[in-house]
Amino acid sequence: MRTPVRTTTAAALAAALLLAACADDGSPTPEAEGEVTEEPDEGDDSPPEDLAEQTTITLVTHDSFDVGEDVLAAFTDETGISVDIAPAGDAGATVNQAILTKDDPLGDVLFGVDNTFLSRALDEELFLPYESAALTEVDPQFVLDEEHRVTPVDFGDVCLNYDVAWFEESGLALPETLEDLTADEYAGLLTVMNPATSSPGLAFLLATVEEFGEDGYLDFWESLRDNDVLVTDGWSEAYYDEFSATGTGDRPLVVSYASSPPAEVYYADPAPEQAPTGVIEASCFRQVEFAGILAGTEHEAAAQRLIDFLLSREFQENLPLTMFVFPVRTDAELPEVFEEYAVVPDDAYQLEPGAIGEGRDEWIDGWTRTVIR
Amino acid sequence: MSMRIGRGVLLGVPAVFLLVFFALPVGTIVLTGLRPEGSLDLGVVPRVLGDPVVRRVAWFTLWQAVASTVLTLLVGLPGAYLLARVKFPGRAAVRAAVTVPFVLPTVVVGSAFLAVLGPRSPVNTALTAVFGEGAPSLDLRRTVTAILIAHVFFNYAVVVRTVGGLWSLLDPRLEEAARTLGASRWQVLREVSWPLVRPAVASAAAIVFLFTFTSFGVVLILGGVARATIEVEIYRATVQLLDLPLASVLALLQLAAVSAALLVYGRLQRRVTAQPLRSAASTARPPRTMGERTFLAVNLAVIAVLLVLPLAVLVERSLATDAGYGWDHYTALFGSTRNTVLAVAPLEAIRNSVLYGLAATLVALVVGGCAATVAARPGWTGRTLDRALMLPLGTSAATIGFGFLIALSRPPVDLRGSWLLIPAAQALIAVPFVVRTLLPVLRSIDQRLREAAAVLGAPPRRVWREVDLPIVGRALLGAAGFSFAIAVGEFGATVFLARGQTPTMPVAIFRLLGRPGIANFGQAMAMATILMAVTAGAIATIDRLRVGQVGRF
Amino acid sequence: MLEIRDVRVHYGAHPAVDGVDLDVGEGEVVAVLGPSGCGKSTLLRAVAGLEPLTDGRIVLDGRDLGRLRPDQRPVGLMFQDHALFPHRDVGGNVGFGPRMQGLPDTEVQARIREALALVDLVDTERRAVQELSGGEQQRVALARALAVRPRLLMLDEPLGSLDRALRDQLLVQLPDVFARVGCGVLYVTHDQDEALTLADRVAVMRAGRLCQIAAPEVLWRRPADEFVARFLGLHQIVDAEVTAGAAATVFGTIPVTDVPDGPVRLLVLPDALEVADDAGEGEPGLDGEVTRRRFSADRSLLVVAAAGREWEVPAPPGPTDRRPGSSVRLRLHPDRVHVLPGPSAQDHAPA
Repeated sequence: MRTPVRTTTAAALAAALLLAACADDGSPTPEAEGEVTEEPDEGDDSPPEDLAEQTTITLVTHDSFDVGEDVLAAFTDETGISVDIAPAGDAGATVNQAILTKDDPLGDVLFGVDNTFLSRALDEELFLPYESAALTEVDPQFVLDEEHRVTPVDFGDVCLNYDVAWFEESGLALPETLEDLTADEYAGLLTVMNPATSSPGLAFLLATVEEFGEDGYLDFWESLRDNDVLVTDGWSEAYYDEFSATGTGDRPLVVSYASSPPAEVYYADPAPEQAPTGVIEASCFRQVEFAGILAGTEHEAAAQRLIDFLLSREFQENLPLTMFVFPVRTDAELPEVFEEYAVVPDDAYQLEPGAIGEGRDEWIDGWTRTVIR
Repeated sequence: MSMRIGRGVLLGVPAVFLLVFFALPVGTIVLTGLRPEGSLDLGVVPRVLGDPVVRRVAWFTLWQAVASTVLTLLVGLPGAYLLARVKFPGRAAVRAAVTVPFVLPTVVVGSAFLAVLGPRSPVNTALTAVFGEGAPSLDLRRTVTAILIAHVFFNYAVVVRTVGGLWSLLDPRLEEAARTLGASRWQVLREVSWPLVRPAVASAAAIVFLFTFTSFGVVLILGGVARATIEVEIYRATVQLLDLPLASVLALLQLAAVSAALLVYGRLQRRVTAQPLRSAASTARPPRTMGERTFLAVNLAVIAVLLVLPLAVLVERSLATDAGYGWDHYTALFGSTRNTVLAVAPLEAIRNSVLYGLAATLVALVVGGCAATVAARPGWTGRTLDRALMLPLGTSAATIGFGFLIALSRPPVDLRGSWLLIPAAQALIAVPFVVRTLLPVLRSIDQRLREAAAVLGAPPRRVWREVDLPIVGRALLGAAGFSFAIAVGEFGATVFLARGQTPTMPVAIFRLLGRPGIANFGQAMAMATILMAVTAGAIATIDRLRVGQVGRF
Repeated sequence: MLEIRDVRVHYGAHPAVDGVDLDVGEGEVVAVLGPSGCGKSTLLRAVAGLEPLTDGRIVLDGRDLGRLRPDQRPVGLMFQDHALFPHRDVGGNVGFGPRMQGLPDTEVQARIREALALVDLVDTERRAVQELSGGEQQRVALARALAVRPRLLMLDEPLGSLDRALRDQLLVQLPDVFARVGCGVLYVTHDQDEALTLADRVAVMRAGRLCQIAAPEVLWRRPADEFVARFLGLHQIVDAEVTAGAAATVFGTIPVTDVPDGPVRLLVLPDALEVADDAGEGEPGLDGEVTRRRFSADRSLLVVAAAGREWEVPAPPGPTDRRPGSSVRLRLHPDRVHVLPGPSAQDHAPA
């Protein structure tokens, strides 16, 4: 008697829940509508150019990507191409995810591979070559792949930021070189990020490698460690929790971006006369971000249009205030707040991507053993 | 024959779910790692396991998880008793409030804890106020203590809900009988209450252990860079270093440890004593003796300092502006000052979170409901299924997230870019809670009630509707609430899967925190406060529904 | 031995026990009888220390229990519906108290055997409590309360859920058990049969107060007020007018002593009426008509309609032809009529 009743009961329970589950399928859910409407177009085998007229392509990118609504809408209006944006973590995670899924790519275009990860992406043959006509307007120093498998889109500098008020009050002089940071008066003032987990952290490590050489950088880090450097795992903890200018922290020096001071001004209300933070130009490492067409895309033509769009003046001029990076186009105008508060150091550190690719893992390993183990 | 179909469905639904959304993704990524050149290479296993750094990480992972679990039980069990058995004004609010931490993203909580544990914390301000300038200053940032405290903060709700849920249904006269037979309060606890709530305590301990064993954000932010769990190492190996062989071995190590923990849990669980349960409303009563009032006060103080203070810090920060306090960050969040595609529209993020959450809750209820029904029966099938469903709790979110991307975007399961992946990943975490909640109730249904209904002329389906559903219904509702909260708060796997234009609330918070500009930080805190409110609201509503139904289990 | 003095237990503003005085002597069985919700269980729980006193004192063997925790009080309490520990077998339940007292294992085992023998459940130690029948569970619960050798044994509706045969059987066994244990017994029930059968004295409780405390016969013969009478199942109450020591009733005039003139209520006890066709006109009585016959326990009763209501009268022994519809004369024994005090006289109820 016992078992049959129980089983029936349980079956009924499951059945009811399943029924409920099925019934719910009809209700609208995020994304569902958008995708279904696009599907029929992909069925026919018309020429690529026609296909591009009314298709949706997916842009795989990192979490910091953004673009103005009207800028993107103008692109869609003009080309008939809708863009679905798929953030995949930070810059490193985005590239690694693309590598892991390269047989069945999750999108058509990848944006956000930078010079610190470029060699890995190229070695894995992630991208189809495409030489955009707009490259003529781009500062040639950023065109790092001669086969044009990737196209430079923006650049930015990872620099030490300092708390302007703190240094004014204390009367301490700003450090002028990286070497200065090991001096006693700067003990306990600096926060950096773990290069194994943080993109700006890695950039700063690369700056020290270039400055002190492969033989000397670990000595520098040893001195920094002895000088009570603080290491956090990610940028936001360092910037908002430890940096004295922006949060509750008590350290006036932090690894951040050259564009952070204009961001502080831009987001403040009311905007201050002077930026609360400043940049130490001698500490900057230049990051260049690239986009590429993912091999395996079914929308190569549309993807090429998207690359062209990323180099368009509209997009390039939109970059500073959406992602706080600088355009690679020489004729792009900078917004006022950038003109006034941003610095572009003339001689930022910039290792060659191939060298970074070869040395990166070893340098991170050495750093880890020296600083945190 | 219908019996066979019933059995098949009950076992099949959770089994297929587990196979497709857990075994397939995790198996794929582990195998990819172990076959770097296309053929199986096991040489990496001893190499990784022999590495002293890996050993140290494994040891740290284990002991901090054990310590966190013990500590959470020590702090949480009195709280569970309090919220189950003692009536006091505001009980429903406190019960909802203690659940909030569980669903908050670690990146937000980590930030709050840095403030609470740092030199300028309210605690230190209070110390200075009392003892003057020379007062000892507490700075627990980047210590193991900070990790443990944060783990208690996050998992307090697990103990309160899992253990308290059963405790509130136990006949209080059993404890009274023991008292009149000469047992001291302590002896009552040891001899009567403990054996009766032990299965629930084992469940709670297992869940807390799995969560803390796979702790990620808390360890990264509060522990400092020198401390890492296996989870952190897997994340670094997968996401940063792309060292899949290393990641695979670490994932296997994690899986092995978690399986061992689940075996221990199974032993603790043993055969549960059937016991008469009473309606929760009839077992709670107001505190009447001095001791009971003290107990209430002490527990509320613990809750205030441990749980409410960090939450209050978040709310405070969401309201802090240059000119004192105001709603600036909220208006900025809701105003469309930035017309960018991925600018976080809070209403949309809330809507996405709620929709995904509802879908995940539904999946979790179906899968968990089937599994609990199977597990409520004696036999190894149910037990095995029950434990297997807990495995995802102890598996790295990076492994699952990446596994989803790789394994579920090609035949036979091509869900590439589908919104379905998100509720599926969220449900993976929620299902064990549904099972935990339903199991004791299903086991306790008095067979005579069903027989009574049958004798009174109810056909089997009707018996289910009239007897099982009302009784299980309340538990189901509770499970739904908790599932929803878990789904809304899930971040680790969601961040890999959420599409740009449809972020969930935690993803939106994360995105805001990733930008410079102090206003973005304020808006992130405002969003976190909204997330807290949505969660607390959902939980309080469901608790109210449960309380509103008076009845006897 | 046990002295309960002006005990009050309030739940918030609601007084569950509202000033109770009660004594239990050495070896005495006192039953607290009352409808559900009258506060009788709360009184037991207060004596056991499970409810804090709002006011009053509870003294056992000269010692004030007020400061003692439940586990320090030398009392045994048998719960309604048993409250047996589901995770322990019979031996584990019965031996729980002795173990808590820290007795050595051999002594614990001896206590278990002794207590189980008292309730006639020898050799059931290893059985699971869920497997026991209702009556067995009841007896295990009793054995568990006895195993601590309490100075005072308290039972809360112990026979509440048992069938009649089992109940009657236990009603016979319980006095024997009480006698052998020899401690004081405080017995709570809503069943007057149980109370009257088992108790040396019965305390009737209503709305948190005791209405009357008396030996069973006294209670039965002279209930303190109409509430007590009706709760004991005595419903034959008539109005009367007293003039100079004589009460005018529907039965005629009967003598009463020490009753002031004026209207009163009279309780006609069940054995006050008898069928008496031979009764003379001068004797108090009534003419009526048999409406039906009914059996109550072992007695056969005639239901007679007279003076506008029904009366129950013991049926005469032997074969009878008093069928429904036949006429009958009832005789009243005036010495079995009890004058009920008015509601205001409740507090002066005879002890």
